[in-house]
Amino acid sequence: MYGYNGNILRVNLTDGTWKTEELDLEMAKKFIGGRGLGTKMMMDEVDPKVDPLSPENKLFVVTGPMTGNPVATGGRYMVVTKSPLSNTIASSNSGGKWGAELKFAGWDIIAFEGKSEEPVYLSIEDDKVELLSAADLWGTTVSNTTKKLEEKHEKGCKVLAIGPGGENLSHIAAIMNDEDRAAGRSGVGAVMGSKNLKAIVVKGSGKPEVPDQDRIKELNKKQLAKIKENGVTGEGLPTYGTAVLVNILNELGSLPTNNFQVSQFEKADDISGETLADKYLIKRTACYRCPIGCGRYVKSGDWEGGGPEYETLWSFGSDCGINDMDSIIMANHWCNEMGLDTISAGATIAAAIELHQRGYIKDDELDGLELEFGNGTDIAEWVKRMGYGQGLGAKMAQGSYRLTDGYGAPELSMTVKKLEMPAYDPRGIMGIGLNYATSNRGGCHVRGYTISPEILGLPEQLDRFETKAKPTWVKIFQDLTAAIDSLGVCLFTSFALGADDYAEMYNVIAGTDFTGNDILAIGDRIYNIEKQFNLLAGVTSAEDTLPKRLLVDPIPEGPSKGWVNKLDEMLGEYYKERGWGEDGIPTEAKLKELGL
Amino acid sequence: MIKIEVRYFATLRIDDKKKETLEIQEDISVESLLEQIGVALEDVAILLVNGIRTSPEYKLKDGDVMSLFPPVGGG
Ligand code: SF4
Repeated sequence: MYGYNGNILRVNLTDGTWKTEELDLEMAKKFIGGRGLGTKMMMDEVDPKVDPLSPENKLFVVTGPMTGNPVATGGRYMVVTKSPLSNTIASSNSGGKWGAELKFAGWDIIAFEGKSEEPVYLSIEDDKVELLSAADLWGTTVSNTTKKLEEKHEKGCKVLAIGPGGENLSHIAAIMNDEDRAAGRSGVGAVMGSKNLKAIVVKGSGKPEVPDQDRIKELNKKQLAKIKENGVTGEGLPTYGTAVLVNILNELGSLPTNNFQVSQFEKADDISGETLADKYLIKRTACYRCPIGCGRYVKSGDWEGGGPEYETLWSFGSDCGINDMDSIIMANHWCNEMGLDTISAGATIAAAIELHQRGYIKDDELDGLELEFGNGTDIAEWVKRMGYGQGLGAKMAQGSYRLTDGYGAPELSMTVKKLEMPAYDPRGIMGIGLNYATSNRGGCHVRGYTISPEILGLPEQLDRFETKAKPTWVKIFQDLTAAIDSLGVCLFTSFALGADDYAEMYNVIAGTDFTGNDILAIGDRIYNIEKQFNLLAGVTSAEDTLPKRLLVDPIPEGPSKGWVNKLDEMLGEYYKERGWGEDGIPTEAKLKELGL
Repeated sequence: MIKIEVRYFATLRIDDKKKETLEIQEDISVESLLEQIGVALEDVAILLVNGIRTSPEYKLKDGDVMSLFPPVGGG
């Protein structure tokens, strides 16, 4: 079978050894790779009740069959483990060039087990694998770690690393690669930190074998044309990046503002994609083999580097009531340096501001820093304190749920399963609320991005306030996304491509014979195994819900005024769509049908 | 005559014109207004009036705010 190298690198950090294992290709076909295969391995090898930060938890770095192969955006990888933030399965996706390099080195998956006594990093040059001391890297920022390793290792090597956030076991720590690309969500960086593993540097000299060059050429011609012709992938994302959504969501009155207290931000245009493009953008950047190039390289004052995404402009922007673009750019930069998830970091600051506003956090806890809605002066400093675990920053580094709960006000945490929700107020967009509530990793938009039909009109326009048919849409989007995340391509291609296109991609590269429906069925299988993991971990379907604020307090003003999310109208129907019982648990029959 | 506000976004924002207030005749449709202001309907992917998705046939009313977006997306 093509598409895979057929090699798993298993590293035991406790005794400092490693070995090669053969990838079971039959299993790979059932779960594709990336998110699906990683979750299957977690299920087979790890007790779901494991303490996420204990040596018994494992960390899988998993490519997909498209990673490193000549298809559009074929460079992505997934980190799969158990999340310390949500206690659910965690699978965080990242782009850049690192994932493809791992494939060039001849590996599909790295499985980390145990815990090293001293800080170490893993060096891979094809089949030369070494665990080396990271004593001089520990405590350093992501960019410094990256530069030091690049200097020390072979030219063209790629670096994945955690920052101080992961080292200090921040529950919202990310794993970074190529300096500013992030496997951001669910605190995967803390799991890496708990194993005393600072970085993975990789250099590969091979290329995966492909079956039929002519068919690949034809496939690329067709799919690149679709990506180019599509308004979003061909023009919107290249020109403005994801940030263009700020003004759209604001015009709809569904841009969460001041920790979801209101849903419209008067100064939204100051933090919009348009402003970013006009005043800050130097050039766009792209991940491996990506024709879209949604990345932003920006300049703010004397500093230049990777710029904020939509979610980050929101989390540090309107969610904190802040319209100061320069402060947001620096907060984003320091998240990258500390290795923190920008969504959770910004949303946790927003929750901290509300705690302060309501008198839970007292002035004497602030060490003289500002912490109020609309004031961006110190947000970058708060990010650093979260990363280094200093003062109030140490409490904030555990995410908004643990922070607010510590002050006796967990209702101020805008999370699902303790993961901070992103930048779409589900009171004004029903389907995305159902997706947040049922996402297997908690409050996440990229598990089932129904914003596409509900807001962007792709592939067709749905009424955002309507609940009917939303369970069907949510399920299809969740299943397709699970498959895309497993293939090793970027979810953004799905603005232009559908299930049949992904099946064709898989068939041409791996020599399989799948239809679009097969791809959706694999996605369904992945979704169910994730759910099973969560149930065994003790995360019950009672947590398939939204914060009370979104179910009970109507949006106070603007175009979505008066709406709450009507989750109760959709959830039962969704379980039915999934073939689950009314209790939200997959039935025996369903699991059997999926071969689980 | 009625007063409406038009807001332009992304590539539909020409010469940094973010918005304008227009005095127009009553009962004019969105489609005709777009023609008058020189915006091609096919360039507009998201058409909102007062924050709600609206069809080009909608007849504008006094005080309406119309927001125009080209095809854009993200995540
Ligand atoms: S669309 Fe953006 S995130 Fe996706 S692969 Fe391309 S540059 Fe990376």
